[in-house]
Amino acid sequence: MSQAIAQPNIDQIWEWLDAVPDPEIPVISLVDLGIIRDVAWEGETLVVTVTPTYSGCPATSVIAMDIETALRDHGITDLRLKTQISPAWTTDWLSEKGRTKLEEYGIAPPQPAGGPEKCPHCGSTRVTKVSQFGSTPCKAHWRCQDCLEPFDYFKCI
Amino acid sequence: MATPVNKEDAFSQFLLRMGDNTLILGHRVSEWCGHAPVLEEDIALANTALDLIGQTQMWLGLAAEVQGEGKSADDLAFLRDAWDFRNVLLCEVPNGDFGRTLMRQFLFDAWHSIQLGRLMKSSDERVAAIAEKASKEVAYHLERSADTVVGLGDGTEESHRRMQEALDYLWPYVGEMFQSDEADAEMVKAGIAPDPASLREEYDVLVSRILGDATLIIPDSSFAHKGGRTGAMHTEHLGHLLTQMQWLQRAYPGAKW
Ligand SMILES: [Zn+2]
Repeated sequence: MSQAIAQPNIDQIWEWLDAVPDPEIPVISLVDLGIIRDVAWEGETLVVTVTPTYSGCPATSVIAMDIETALRDHGITDLRLKTQISPAWTTDWLSEKGRTKLEEYGIAPPQPAGGPEKCPHCGSTRVTKVSQFGSTPCKAHWRCQDCLEPFDYFKCI
Repeated sequence: MATPVNKEDAFSQFLLRMGDNTLILGHRVSEWCGHAPVLEEDIALANTALDLIGQTQMWLGLAAEVQGEGKSADDLAFLRDAWDFRNVLLCEVPNGDFGRTLMRQFLFDAWHSIQLGRLMKSSDERVAAIAEKASKEVAYHLERSADTVVGLGDGTEESHRRMQEALDYLWPYVGEMFQSDEADAEMVKAGIAPDPASLREEYDVLVSRILGDATLIIPDSSFAHKGGRTGAMHTEHLGHLLTQMQWLQRAYPGAKW
């Protein structure tokens, strides 16, 4: 028999998930990244719907484990993770808070124009692309022509 | 080889074709890991391989589900033999030099991006969802492979020569991507996938434009190697690739990460 304890409310659970860092860019949370699409109780079971960023992203399984661990730490044991691939993840789902934190961390946030607005180190707009592919699937590699520092740009997809 | 007649067999065939293309090409591209001419290219190739293998997980996962024999995507990837693979021959030819690898990537990406665009309108919502996800990644693959083909084709005397040689070598493998059989007809009827032949016109326009910018000449021959997507006859190269790719699961059956 399951114990009759009150189910934590959905807002509370979103707050807990917002404290789980992205394994590759730990300054932003999984909620900031926009990959948590839904949190809902189905009877006794908490269902968390997650959308992967890139299909081959090696962080995907780590992310699933981190969500489970975090929620179990808050006493949620009856938990199901649901993977949803459509609608496909888009960088439009990054939160404003996430975009600010990315830039402070030295990663230029995605722009609809397809390239960084400015260098995250010195703010110069004189920047050039080195490669469409960077240190992780979600980033491209750019360089600043003023401070000469290389930097990651979070690709717009 | 039995010709698939019912819709389930044809659907499974179609999914294997999609998933085997990305699996075998993804493996080929991953062979560059740690060997590319410069660090940026090494990272780009590894990322491309990763996307392709991620897409394989979705296509072969769905193939296994449709087959309904309790298999997983991993079972299909690691426990089938060469004659069961349904990738086009273009995906299995050896990497050659960096130029040939990028030319092969471009010739495939151009087809892949058009195919995924069509599949986003598939009557099967699982197929449409995978296509929607994959097409975002493939847009980046195509942008990069096309840029590199132009850069190297319209580059130095040596890079131009190597790219023309790569194109001459690979062109006879292009035609197979547009060949159709009964399984394709079944998919068209069900509204699941387009007739491969119907992609050719758009492909030729795209490829001619990029290869023109690259100052390369498309060989004047319509001869096409075939046998990969039907499984009738793969090249000798596939078996060698599988010995590498499947080694661990064959030597230690059931081994887990
Ligand atoms: Zn700067």
